[in-house]
Amino acid sequence: MRPVLTVFAKEVIDNLRDRRSLLTALFGMPIAMPIFFVVLISFQIERNIDSAEELIELPVIGAEHAPNLLRYLESRNIDIVAGPADGAAAAEAVQAGDEDVVLLIPADFGEELAGMIPATVELYLDQANTSGNADIGRVRDALFGYNQALAGIRLSARGVNPALLRPLNIDHIDVSTPSGRAAILLGMLSYFFLFALLMGGMYLAIDATAGERERGSLEPLLSLPLARAHLIIGKIAATCVFMAIALALCLLSFFAALPFLPLEQLGMTPNFSLAVVLAAFALLLPFTLVSASMMTLAASFTKSYKEAQTWLGVLLLVPTMPILIVSILTVQPRFEFMFIPALSQHLILVDIVSNEPVSALHIAISATSTLTLGAILTWLCVRLYHREALLG
Amino acid sequence: MIEVEGIHKSFGAVHAVRGVSFAAEDGRITGLLGPNGAGKSTTLRVLCTLLKPDRGAARIDGADVVADSLAARRKIGSLPHGSGLYPRLTARENIAYYARLCGLERRAIAGRVEEIINTLDIGDFADRRAKGFSHGERTKTALGRALIHDPQNLILDEPTTGLDVMATRGLRELIVKLKAQGRCVLFSSHVMQEVAALCDDICIIAHGKVAIHDSADGIRQRTGRDDLEDAFVAAVAMVEEA
Repeated sequence: MRPVLTVFAKEVIDNLRDRRSLLTALFGMPIAMPIFFVVLISFQIERNIDSAEELIELPVIGAEHAPNLLRYLESRNIDIVAGPADGAAAAEAVQAGDEDVVLLIPADFGEELAGMIPATVELYLDQANTSGNADIGRVRDALFGYNQALAGIRLSARGVNPALLRPLNIDHIDVSTPSGRAAILLGMLSYFFLFALLMGGMYLAIDATAGERERGSLEPLLSLPLARAHLIIGKIAATCVFMAIALALCLLSFFAALPFLPLEQLGMTPNFSLAVVLAAFALLLPFTLVSASMMTLAASFTKSYKEAQTWLGVLLLVPTMPILIVSILTVQPRFEFMFIPALSQHLILVDIVSNEPVSALHIAISATSTLTLGAILTWLCVRLYHREALLG
Repeated sequence: MIEVEGIHKSFGAVHAVRGVSFAAEDGRITGLLGPNGAGKSTTLRVLCTLLKPDRGAARIDGADVVADSLAARRKIGSLPHGSGLYPRLTARENIAYYARLCGLERRAIAGRVEEIINTLDIGDFADRRAKGFSHGERTKTALGRALIHDPQNLILDEPTTGLDVMATRGLRELIVKLKAQGRCVLFSSHVMQEVAALCDDICIIAHGKVAIHDSADGIRQRTGRDDLEDAFVAAVAMVEEA
């Protein structure tokens, strides 16, 4: 046990002295995360307001040909402004992205309307322009609404019930609850926490393996009268501690920043008390062993510090992949998922934060399977350190 | 006492060591001499238990490097090629780290480290971080680290490479001192003059084989050359012909 503690203490002290790496590893994420969340949430709020009935501007060509239509559009919160000179100019403006959408009303619009011929209006738009989609949709809906209203009036005038034209009545019922919406955003949380955790130990994992070899200190170290298993376990333990510190800092930073995040505006009421902070820390703690041993293993295979950095940069994404996939597919927590490290912690954390009941069995399976994987990876590291090829 | 008996070691298709045998006695300095790529470092790595020989055996004070590697490592101090210090630790911390890893009594560590610092005369920079050390300072610190568990046998892999004249002299004096304490010193080099000036026995290795193993005078006699450098060339040629 003593050699393990000796290696552990040395790696911790050695890496605490590496100021620059330490700052990036421990404080990078805790500072970046709340900022990212503020940006993300503001963006989300903006989008929500967009889809509501906000005043939009619509350039119209030939406005004088359809005063009633334009009055209708104005009633739908669409502000009519003078458009480009003609259709060609409109097409150009939309193509160039100067306008999202332009409405052209031909001169014979009134005539066609009076003659009961389907009256043509031209809508210039760019389907590839995703940022204008909301506005385009608004104008389309409004035109469709006018169409329906006019048809209704015509039928009524002829003594026909306008409802005949609506065999279907489509009602949109939005079942997303505030906490459900919160869960989507807060699902990002565990992603950030895991990322911070991984970052926290990355430099140490590299320094203690590829760095040790590159400095030429690995050879004399392995020539010392002690078991190699002790060496590697001490190194992994030190990496675990750095990861745990990074995780704690990130949790606390989010806890501190939360009151300043405008979550209520999105109808979110996340449960992120100090007790949840502690629970999240305990929940994610077993994952440090998986991360530390995984990074140590990967970095031991590489030839140099640089190469290790490249590979571990890729490795940062691996544990977060299942979370991303599940976030996109919005999968409900299931028993089988509890056997997958990272994913299980993510699903449980989302449940905790969105005030859903959490199964104790799920927590137990998550912790056990994660620690088991960590132990297997550690054992592989020990095996690797008995190989001659390790010296490079 | 270091004994090597017919060791072979291949790396893939490269047959680096092809049956090297020699013995390095206590109280003597044995020089392992050979051109670059002759198999010196591989042989030393086998002795440090870093590599397992494909065939043959090696023993450190009777402890087999494969079967009883932990015991063999306990009896060996090794100064690797390039010092391999931790740049963010001071010289004292570097030495103390090895003291703890070697399992020295907790209370005895500080005293033992101080003793080493005095012996090697590195007190001037003992509490500076190794990052800014000169080559000589690094080598001395690494030697102190290798001596921390008071090993009977000392393996030095090209210790004087890159050292200036004064540092080389200092290191030589230290090596002679270690010999006087009755230790077995095995020392690799590709510089003929250095080996001639320092070593009691010389083992010339070329192409993974021992060309000749004798005292400096013995080598002169057996090769029929007065100049050791000529003798070295002649010995290497003998292996090439064989």
